[in-house]
This record gives sequence, structure tokens and C-alpha cells, in this order.
Amino acid sequence: MSFAAEPALGATATARRPPPGRGVLGRLARDPMGLAGLVLVCLVVGVALFAPWLAPQDPTRIDVARKFQGPSLAHWAGTDQLGRDLLSRIIHGARTALSIALGATGIAGACGLILGLVAGYGPRWLDAGLVLVFDALSSLPMVMFAMAVITVVGPGTGTLILVIVLVSVPGYARLIRAQTLALKGADFVLAERCIGASGTRIVLCHLLPNVAGPLVILISMDIPVVIMLEAGLSYLNLGVRPPTPSWGNILYDGYTSLRFAPSMIIAAGIPLILATLGFTFLGEGLRDALDPRLGYGAPR
Amino acid sequence: MSAPLIAPLIEAAGLSVAYRGEDGAPPLQALRAVSIAAEAGEVVGIVGESGCGKSTLAAALIGLLPGNAVVTAGTVRFRGTDFLALPEAGRRGLRGRHIAMAFQDPMTAFSPVLTIGTQLTDFQHHLAGQGRAARRARAGAMLARVGIADAARVLDHYPHELSGGMRQRAAIAAALLMTPEVLIADEPTTALDVTMEAQIIHLLRELRRDYHGAIIVVTHHLGVVGELCDRVHVLYAGEVVETALVDDLYHRPAHPYTRALIACDPAGLTGVTRPLPTIPGRVPELAPPPPGCAFAPRCTLATARCHIEAPPWVAVGPGQGARCHEARPRGCDPGGTDPKGADANGAIR
Amino acid sequence: MSALYAVRDLSVSLPGQGFLGRLLPGRLLPGAPARIDILQGITLALAAGETFALVGESGSGKTTLARAMLGLVPVSGGSLHFDGVALGSARAFAGLRRSTAMMFQDPVGSLSPRMTVGALLAEPFVIHRRPLPLPGRAGRAAQAAALLDRVGLPARLAARYPHELSGGQARRVCVARAIALDPRLVIADEPTAGLDVSVQGEILNLMTGLGTALGIGFLVITHNLAMVRHIADRIAVLYLGRLVESGPAAAVLARPAHPYTQSLIASEPQPDPRRRRADLAIRGEIPGILRRPAGCAFHGRCPRAEAICRVTEPDLRDLGAGQQAACHFAPGQ
Repeated sequence: MSFAAEPALGATATARRPPPGRGVLGRLARDPMGLAGLVLVCLVVGVALFAPWLAPQDPTRIDVARKFQGPSLAHWAGTDQLGRDLLSRIIHGARTALSIALGATGIAGACGLILGLVAGYGPRWLDAGLVLVFDALSSLPMVMFAMAVITVVGPGTGTLILVIVLVSVPGYARLIRAQTLALKGADFVLAERCIGASGTRIVLCHLLPNVAGPLVILISMDIPVVIMLEAGLSYLNLGVRPPTPSWGNILYDGYTSLRFAPSMIIAAGIPLILATLGFTFLGEGLRDALDPRLGYGAPR
Repeated sequence: MSAPLIAPLIEAAGLSVAYRGEDGAPPLQALRAVSIAAEAGEVVGIVGESGCGKSTLAAALIGLLPGNAVVTAGTVRFRGTDFLALPEAGRRGLRGRHIAMAFQDPMTAFSPVLTIGTQLTDFQHHLAGQGRAARRARAGAMLARVGIADAARVLDHYPHELSGGMRQRAAIAAALLMTPEVLIADEPTTALDVTMEAQIIHLLRELRRDYHGAIIVVTHHLGVVGELCDRVHVLYAGEVVETALVDDLYHRPAHPYTRALIACDPAGLTGVTRPLPTIPGRVPELAPPPPGCAFAPRCTLATARCHIEAPPWVAVGPGQGARCHEARPRGCDPGGTDPKGADANGAIR
Repeated sequence: MSALYAVRDLSVSLPGQGFLGRLLPGRLLPGAPARIDILQGITLALAAGETFALVGESGSGKTTLARAMLGLVPVSGGSLHFDGVALGSARAFAGLRRSTAMMFQDPVGSLSPRMTVGALLAEPFVIHRRPLPLPGRAGRAAQAAALLDRVGLPARLAARYPHELSGGQARRVCVARAIALDPRLVIADEPTAGLDVSVQGEILNLMTGLGTALGIGFLVITHNLAMVRHIADRIAVLYLGRLVESGPAAAVLARPAHPYTQSLIASEPQPDPRRRRADLAIRGEIPGILRRPAGCAFHGRCPRAEAICRVTEPDLRDLGAGQQAACHFAPGQ
């Protein structure tokens, strides 16, 4: 206990009470970083949702005569090596990026949460088996693994999501399992067992809310990584097939023509940076907002 | 304020400390005009319940107030030097070498990844001209001094491998390695069994005899005070409400809070008592503190005046004073229950 | 006497400590037995409505005993009977949990951190599908408010989270949760640890008051003998997993027969400076459970130990008036 927390119990108990608006969103909005993250994420999601209406041109229309143009009134972000409007491609790319990133991490997070809780709270043999599977999965080289899956299933967005899920589940599940193991012997879990709570109830009502916080932040920090992964795999022709616009495709097109048209990298890099920052801030803000113990007003 | 002829080893004079409120909340006045002093060779107790500001006082005495604390008035003097006015480097020089603290939770006072021996050796960085081996030997000797039987082996142990009592001893050894003149022990026995508690009390008594430094014991446990202390300051809601020699405090308490505290201690009750006595009501909020006597709402003697007018400091007898409207100097009355006079030094019998 | 909870010859042992201990058979590791006896030969009988105190230093096994009695720790020998029903199967323990409750040493830590006080108080009713005064959310809120009122807390605390409570408030919430389903026995582990003296009294008064009003028996686990004196009807002293003394609290505290009990009583710090003790009543620490001394486990710290104590383990002997002690030199009848 810090010295500062010590004066008058009555006072601290009152001071620690969060201000009105106790909902997660209310608390998130009080945190400037969290608010910034929320705004950025909403922006990216909004752009992705309304891409067909926001994009000034068809992102796949080729106009070779106007390739590698800098920003202009007609093409705000310039054009690429095939003369396609970069702004439109970036706006549509947000859709691809988000659907893959959110879909993959969402599925992976849900699977990781369930498997981690089962491994952590379940019987010992099940735990040992699951840990073996996680270790086997994460010991495979990622790209080889992706190529193997793609050879079997065939390339495409669905395959990409499957690969990302398979690659990220072990990490999430291990995090959840470690936390579950740490909390399994905690007094409050014993206390719940003493009043007769079933295993399901303990896992769902008492362990889940306490272990999910770090997963939320891990996932939100993984989203940018997944966006990059999508870009990398797309570059290797293992992910999103051209001409579907994705930030990864644009970035890698930009790399190949970095000398003639540096604006391509910049134009595709800015939304990637904004999305990364947005999800990271949102993740950290959410972690704080989700944990009632990180209250406000108490001197620490 | 004119300096007395011989300044006490360490003293806080009129010390007020407030914690800044967040989001425009009023500051929390954790300490208000607290004056305490400790001389070499005595054990001074600082007693109070949680929320009375005793940990803040301990932190102020060693110059380790947290960042959101502001000293609004008063001084802390070590050998007459204003400790709080010194720059941080000067304070660091005093801290450890002259003033040391044994923390409440000896588990967190040590780093979990280093052995006790390594940490105790590193604590002696101020000793110039001594090799690592010599420092380690000194650490082993100090562990033996605080009653750890197998000191040489314990040096190689990690903190979690020691029992609570051993860790508390090691924490005291760490504080003593600097041969400080003032040792502040913050709740030295709270986490311990009654048998270990008795042994730590015994150890602190021996240290008082051997080191001739001042020991300041911060505690909420009247048993620790009774067994160990010479002089006691009772804190309530950030104020010293009573100061007395330990025998006077227990046998002739002058402040109603002190009386209530003593009455509540089940160890002091002879015979089975049901229900146990309690102090009704709650500690007041300190942001801002109440205008009158902070104890008035819970006091059985409180009059209308107590609720509005801050009580004065009343000198009750030699070395004893209380912050209470109802306290009266004892004068020449035959002195309560004590037939053969207060045993001033609380000699061990 | 028909006991509410009878513990007969209870033993609890755990696999040898450490990785090697688990991997290798016992004989390969000198000095490390394959299984460690945490508790051995414990026989107790708790009567309905009485307050029974279990006393000993940390490491004496008192918390393990409480957990074994609730089925939280596997039992390796002996029998447990609650209300005449043998406890062996998971189903029997599930039945037991409807009539017993446990209060943990750390009140805040034993309350699920992300639930509000109101939800925590309503939970026992939800789990055991007990009828609520009203259906649904309103019923749960009303039940929580009634419980808060019963332990002397304002109803507005129902919206708080456990970490927002003071130590005394959290204790009261734990008491409220413990009495929620009208249990017949409440096991309280150090119910006053970390509390100020004035609050200690309040919690103990609350517990004894509710116990009398509702006919609840308490098993109080503590090392605070000053408290035991005022609340306990009977007392049992544990040392290194064995019972060394038991009997009516008043008799044991007034005339302790075992040297360990005597030194525990003598170790209590005295608030009266005129009763200061010059010397220590007991030296040394409770040995680790791995290094249980031969003979009487206490002989290493015992002021009265003689040759026989190092060799022969004393049996629990009847000393009359319900008092028993396991000491070769305990006064006979």
C-alpha cells in the first residue's frame, strides 16, 4: 500500500469512486489517449464501411497513361504504376485490411480465450494435451505453414484468415491459460467454490472477466501486426489476390517503385500508422476502462 | 522558535503534509501540525489506527514522501539540520547512513531475483575502501546479530525462501548495515505470528541497548507499544492527540481517544468480555478536516465547544500532553492509580 | 454428544515438494519423503452453535485443516461427518456447502474483483436457486440490501466494487456472504487480521451476535489468543499438523497443560508496560514440515524437553474436564 493511499479510509473510499458515467465507454471517454484511439478506430471503420460512397473513383480502373502521378486535384493521393487512383485504393483497402484483421483476430481471440480457460481450469491431462498442440503450432515456421495451408486450401481472403487464426491462437491461449492458472488458487475462486459455485460458473462469471482484459489489449495491438502480415502475405501472392486493393498490395507496389514514386509508400503508410495507433490507444484505454481496480482520483 | 540547548536527534516540528486532490478535489490534510521528537537511545512509538497519518509521518521523517504530497508547514530536523530544505542529494546522503527504515512488508523490501547476501552487500555501497568480501562478511555478521542462526547459509537464499520472521529480521539487518542513528520500523510485527512478534520485539529492545540510536516504531498494536516503547505519540486524524511516557499513557491516559483505544484492546481485558468494547463512529474525512476536535463525533465527553473550536494542547504532567478541551493539568493530585511513581524508562522487568 | 461436524483421525498429505521430489521415488532423495504429512491424526468435534478456536503458528496446518473440512483439499485418511452424514464424495461436499460458509483471511481477495457488492451478495441465492423476495433483478437487489443491513452497512455500498471498500467494510461483506444462506457452521480464517483494534471488536461482536441470533457455529482459525479468550467456547492448539492440546477455552487459557500452549500465551505482547516480559517465552521458529523432528515435534523449542521427548511421540491424553494434551509431562487427572 502506498503512503498516499493510507489517509482516512473514509476519504479514500470516496475519492476512489469513479465519477458518474461508470460504463466502460464513459470511462474510456475520460482518458484522452483512449478517446483518441476510439476516434481513430471509428474513422478507419467508418471509411471501411462507406468505402464505395467515399471513394472518388473505381479503385480497379486502369489508366496507364497517367501512372506514377503525384497528388493532384484529380487524384488527391496520386496514382500507382497502373494509373489507378491511390486514394480510392486506400479507401477500399481499409475494407480489406479491417475485415481480415478484425475477422482473424476476433476468431483467434475467441478460440484462444476458450482454449486457454479450458487448459487453465480443466483437468491436468487436457491442459498437457492442449499445451502440446499450442507448442507444435507455434514451432512451425509461419511462412512455410502459410504456404502449406494455401497449397491445400487455395489462396484467398478466407485462407489468409485461417492462417492468421492458426498462427495467433497459441499465443492468446497461452496468455489466458497462464492467467487462469494464476487465479485458479486465488482466494476469491476458493470462496466461490465454498459457496457452491459450479465450475462453469466460476469460469464464466469469475475467471473470464478477470483474464479477458490483457487479451483485449494484446488483440488490439496485434491488429496492426495482422494488417502488416496481410500485406506481406499478399506480396508473396499468398494473400489477397490482385486487383483487389489492400494496403499491403499498395505498400509493396510502392516498394518496387520507391525510386520513381515515393508518394505511394507515404500515401499507404499514413493510414496504416493511423490505424495502428488507433487500435493501440484503444486497446490501452479499454484495458484501463475494463478494470474497476484502476479507478480514478486515488493518488497512487 | 528558539533552538533548545541540545537538539533532539530527530524531530518533526509543526509538520503539516497534504496530498493534492485530483480533479479539483480539496487537498487531503494527512498531517496537521505534528510535533514529535526522538532522542538517542530511546524507543519512540507512533500509534494510531489506519488513516491516522502514521505512515505519512514515517515517510516524512525519512524524506520519502510520495510525489503528490506537499509539506505545507513545519520542518523535519535531523541533528538540527532541516531535512526537508535539503536538496534531494543531501537527503539521500542522510537517508540510509543516518536514518534508515525497516519496511512493513519485508517481502517487497527485497528484490525477488537476487540473493539476500547480494542485496545486503550492495546496500553497503557507501562504505569506501572495503572489498566485496569484507562487505559480505559484514552482512553475514549483521544477520547473525539480528538472530538468524545460520547466517552464512541464509546469505545464499532468495527472499521467498525465508519465513516471514526471517525476512523481517533480514529487513532490520539491511537497515542496520548503515549503522544509522535513527531506525524507523514501520509496523515491524504486523505480518508475524505471536511467537515471532515477541522475538522481533526482543530483538529491537536489544538493538536499543547496543546501538544507542533512536528507534521509532510505527504501529497500531498497543501490545508492541507496551512491550517496547519509552515514549509514545498517539495520532488521530493527522494530529498528535497525546504524547506521554508509556507508563503514563497506559495507566493515566489524558485524551479520550487514547482511553478508548486502550479499552478496545482485547489483550488488556481481563476476563471474558462480550460484547467487546468498540469506538463507535468512523475516522473523519480529512479533505477538509473538521473545524473542531476531530474526535468529537465519537467522544463520550464531547461538549458543544468541541465540535466548533479546535482544542488546545494541554500539558497534563511531566512529559505528557493532550490535545483536548477536557484535559486538565494533573498538578499536585496524587497521580491516579500509580502508587510508586511512573517507571519513566519503562525498564524491562 | 452428537457433534455438528466430527473430524476423526484426519490426515492430509501432499506429494513431495519440488520437481525432483515429484520425479524421483522418495528413497533417491535423502531426507525428502515421497509424501509430506501436513496433518495427522486430527480428531475434533464441533457442537452446533458453539465457537471453536483453532490456534497455532503459521505452518501449523490450521488453514489446511479448514480447507480439508470443506473439501477444498484432498484427504488421505480418516473420516469427516457433518450432521451424521459421512463426507467422502463430491456430492456430499456439495451438500455440505449449502450449510457451511467460509470467511477467508484476506477479505478483499476473497471477493471476486469485477463484481459489485450487490452481485456478490445475491450470488449464493442464484447458485443455490433459493427463493428471492421478488423475481429477477429487483429481488437480488432487495436481498443484497437486506444482507447489508443485517451486517450494519448502508445499502449504497451495493454498487461498490470490493477494492473500494475499507478493511472493516470488506469484512462485513464477507460476514454477510457467509450468513446469506443461514448456514449452521461458518469457518472464519483470521477474521480480524489487519484490522484496527476498534474495528476488530465490531467484527467479532457482529459475528458472535449473529451466531447467537441465528444459531450459527463458528470455527475460528487464528493466532490471536487475546481474541480467542473473549469469543471461543472451546479451543484446539495445533503444532506441525498435530493436535497438541484441546479443551474448553477458559480452562486451556487459564491452565495450559502443553508447553507450546503455555509459550503461545506467554508470547502475547502486553499493552501494560508494567507487565513487560524480560525474556522470551519461546525461541526459534516452527520447523519446516519437511524437517519434522523425531519424537515430540516441539522438543527443539520446549523448555521442559527431556530424553524421552526426543524419542517417543506423546499421545493426546485426557486431563479431565474435557481438556486433552499431548505432552509426556502434562499433569495427570
